[in-house]
Amino acid sequence: MNKTVKVDFLARVEGEGGLYIKIKNDQVVNVQLKIFEPPRFFEAFLRGRKFTEAPDITARICGICPIAHQLSTAQALEDALGIKVGGPLRDLRRLIACGEWIESHVLHIYMLHAPDFLGYTDAIQMARDYPEIVERGLKLKQTGNEIVALLGGRSIHPVNVRVGGFYSVPEKKDLVMIAEKLKWGREAALETVRWTATLPFPEMEYDYEFVALYHQSEYPLNEGRIGSTKGLDIAAQEYDDYFEEEQVSYTNALHSVLKDRGAYFVGPMARYNLNFDLFPSSVQEAARQTGLSSFCCNPFQSIIVRSLEVLYAYEEALRIIEQYEMPDQPYLEVPLRAKVGHALTEAPRGSLYHRFRIDEQGIIQDVKIVPPTSQNQKIMESDLYQVAKQNLNLPKDKLSWICEQAIRNYDPCISCSAHFLKIHLERF
Amino acid sequence: MPGTPKLAVWKFASCDGCQLTLLDCEEELLAITRKLRIANFPEATRKVIRGPYDLSLVEGSITTEDDVKRIKKVRRASKFLVAIGACATAGGIQALRNFSDIEKYVSLVYARPEYIQTLEKSTPIAAHVPVDFELRGCPISKEQLIELISAFLCGRKPNIYPHSLCLECKIRGNICVMIAHGIPCLGPVTHAGCGALCPAYRRGCYGCYGPKETPNTASLSNRFRLLGVPKDDLMRMYRNFNAFAEPFCRESKANE
Repeated sequence: MNKTVKVDFLARVEGEGGLYIKIKNDQVVNVQLKIFEPPRFFEAFLRGRKFTEAPDITARICGICPIAHQLSTAQALEDALGIKVGGPLRDLRRLIACGEWIESHVLHIYMLHAPDFLGYTDAIQMARDYPEIVERGLKLKQTGNEIVALLGGRSIHPVNVRVGGFYSVPEKKDLVMIAEKLKWGREAALETVRWTATLPFPEMEYDYEFVALYHQSEYPLNEGRIGSTKGLDIAAQEYDDYFEEEQVSYTNALHSVLKDRGAYFVGPMARYNLNFDLFPSSVQEAARQTGLSSFCCNPFQSIIVRSLEVLYAYEEALRIIEQYEMPDQPYLEVPLRAKVGHALTEAPRGSLYHRFRIDEQGIIQDVKIVPPTSQNQKIMESDLYQVAKQNLNLPKDKLSWICEQAIRNYDPCISCSAHFLKIHLERF
Repeated sequence: MPGTPKLAVWKFASCDGCQLTLLDCEEELLAITRKLRIANFPEATRKVIRGPYDLSLVEGSITTEDDVKRIKKVRRASKFLVAIGACATAGGIQALRNFSDIEKYVSLVYARPEYIQTLEKSTPIAAHVPVDFELRGCPISKEQLIELISAFLCGRKPNIYPHSLCLECKIRGNICVMIAHGIPCLGPVTHAGCGALCPAYRRGCYGCYGPKETPNTASLSNRFRLLGVPKDDLMRMYRNFNAFAEPFCRESKANE
């Protein structure tokens, strides 16, 4: 049997991409994930800007995860300048990152991913049959946005994050105001975990190398060492010694690989598999009730893992608010020096690496940004290959749909990557 | 439902944030979809309904040859076309390339620049096709987006005013950061819409809504000089998310 599956415009992902699969004599002979988001050259135009301007600029890489970009930038620059943000300022950074995880994950769970499992083209169609569920999702997402807006001014491209801390910090009473909503959110997140666990999951398991931050004492958001399920254990400063980006001729982008090892997997499942023990017991218990073990390697089940991270983010946000004491200063003063700094944070979709080199006036000389989606590209292609192989006999429209679903498992954020190339594609 | 106006959302070079604003209308989204049929919105649905479209929201700037052609097709298929956000109305942050040599940019980011197709300049939608309305901001405001959609459904002009951010500061009750704390602020020349966020967080406005109607940038720059802002910093203040909007472009060049 010969078949070509071609999806010119992948829907329900952030940004522009397509996929192409060629099947010849019952063999999958070619798989390509094509990404045609036009390049925007962030690394180039950041050169010559003052370091203080960088967090507002890198936020604009992505409207879905601006906080992750702001925090990676701020922390890379703090690493260069030799300061470390601790205490309540560090907690506030965790809190705003929790807000972003919630809004981004909930958007994906309810509006982008769940419709696949239930056979709807989108969440609006799904809402006709499951109005309460979609409304719960919208409200959960709104609460995540409120956390970001409370600390950052607005939920997309917030204005309050700076190198050294924040421009202005909230009083305790400002935070306590949203505690009741967060308590509702915690319950709704638990219902979300239970609901996602009832979805029908295609069988698929693969021996991935999962890469994520891991931390001694907390589920990682912004800090920790970089670990993998196959023994990697390095600091962010060593990133460039272990990872490299390849420009691939046939299609789209800078593919990120582990040197001498190849493809690896970043994102919620990688964090979960490396840090399950650091979840509070309530979240571990919720996972157990769904029948998920502490190690998950079916990417279709990432929707359950994402909902467990939403539950965690609500719990962590409540914990931070309860113990918060307003700091004396909203930010640390930064002494200038010429140096390179590195940081890796966990964006909703996975590890986000930023490297900045500045001169003694604080002018940016060189920048490197590696977003999660460019790291997952090779894995997404190998999943496409598996899924196509397992479902060769499905009619073309069904095969196409499950292949799209396999890509959406990764919640790819195509806008995120300034690296992606333009390829020729007929559209419209 | 037949007869329900069709909504399309189009993306060009951008971060997705402005179309995400539509999905961020959590309380209003389901109500909107009862009045407007979502006919083309790839970020939200895999279903595509053929044009023509009654209302097209266009996000992003034009940066490739293909997109020059695509925006013309979008225009032909749209009855009412609205450019949303700084990329679509001013070329966005990626218009910083317009002040530099694009070939240098490409080779800085990519090992094999020959694979890259890109235009020398990032330009707003209105540079290519007639635009019926522009929503400013990086990102756009949810309230302004809902006002625009309501106005469209009622067949009236949107109540979106081109005055400066300063007025929003007064409404919010902010203390002027420039007068009280000597912090340089682009508020006096910046289009309203964000609700005066930055001054509320004790920082100067950085102009993400672009120039207001008739901005006096030269006068504001004089004030910045008195506050001790060096020339380079002054140039970069205007060279941001709306760098290619004419008044900001002119003022940044005057300070090169």
